[in-house]
Amino acid sequence: MCSIYRTLAGGTLRDIALACLAVWFIGLSYGAIAVASGFPLWVPAAQSVLVLAGASEFLFVGIVAAGGNPFAAALAGLLVNARHLPYGLALPDVTGTGRGWRRRLLGSHVMNDESVAFALAQEDLPRQRAAYWACGLGVLLCWPAGAILGALIGRVIGNTDAFGLDAMFPAVILALIVPALRDRVTVRAALAGAAIALATAPFLSAGLPVLLALAGVLGVVTSKQAAR
Amino acid sequence: MKDTTLVVAGLLTLSAGTFAFRFSGPVLRQRITFPPWAERLLEVGAVVLLAALAATTALTEGHGFAGLARPAGVLVGGVLAWRKAPFLVVVLAAAATTAVLRLLGVP
Repeated sequence: MCSIYRTLAGGTLRDIALACLAVWFIGLSYGAIAVASGFPLWVPAAQSVLVLAGASEFLFVGIVAAGGNPFAAALAGLLVNARHLPYGLALPDVTGTGRGWRRRLLGSHVMNDESVAFALAQEDLPRQRAAYWACGLGVLLCWPAGAILGALIGRVIGNTDAFGLDAMFPAVILALIVPALRDRVTVRAALAGAAIALATAPFLSAGLPVLLALAGVLGVVTSKQAAR
Repeated sequence: MKDTTLVVAGLLTLSAGTFAFRFSGPVLRQRITFPPWAERLLEVGAVVLLAALAATTALTEGHGFAGLARPAGVLVGGVLAWRKAPFLVVVLAAAATTAVLRLLGVP
């Protein structure tokens, strides 16, 4: 893993560390909320390591705490996590396919919004790979660490919204995709997709609006064919 | 908590399914040779997904509006990012704006 340090500029590593710190803070509130809703410590702890996808874990805990069936909660969480399939299709070979099973399994498991966004923001494959792994492994450490600490200290945390922490995740993602948005075709597709997601969010279950946003890409296809 | 066995089963279902999503993307990508235009489309698709994720997490909470403070903070961060401010400044400015607005009583 020391190749990560050689490949990435100090600035990128610092940015990844900040993103991981934000993940740690959100993990704190996740662990605290899980325990406050009546779950024992091992539930957020196991989820944070095995699922490793924040939004779906919040949803799972929320649905089960409200009396929902755990399988229904798992399905709702899977709907939220379905975006990881198109992520994997879009990424160049950052996980290290064909480099042994252990690396491949771990490389898949550390795929998340932040590691994908950091990888896409880099210029060449070695840097994309280094950023993906640095951020992926960082989140793999910080998310469970935050969740477990949050579950342990529970009520002490209080309302993290007061510190504006809920604005950090969208700001992290936005900051990372801004360079890609300078491309005219991409920005049009992104705006169309965001509009679709926002318009459908009030009616559809969590996860679906973001998947439907992919229809924003169709506009790119049709406009290109029209141009030919 | 409800029946522990059921919760464990649900938790394992969510874990296994999520891993399957994560694993199948790179595998498919390796097996199928996409023409350049399709590769470009997939890449734009990833940015579209991330943009939609940023928009929905900034503006909505559950099925409703998240209130003004959070999207205002994200907007400040977005403008700073567009003007090529450092990542650290973007993220901290977003959180600080939201925190200050809430301190002032903005929901």
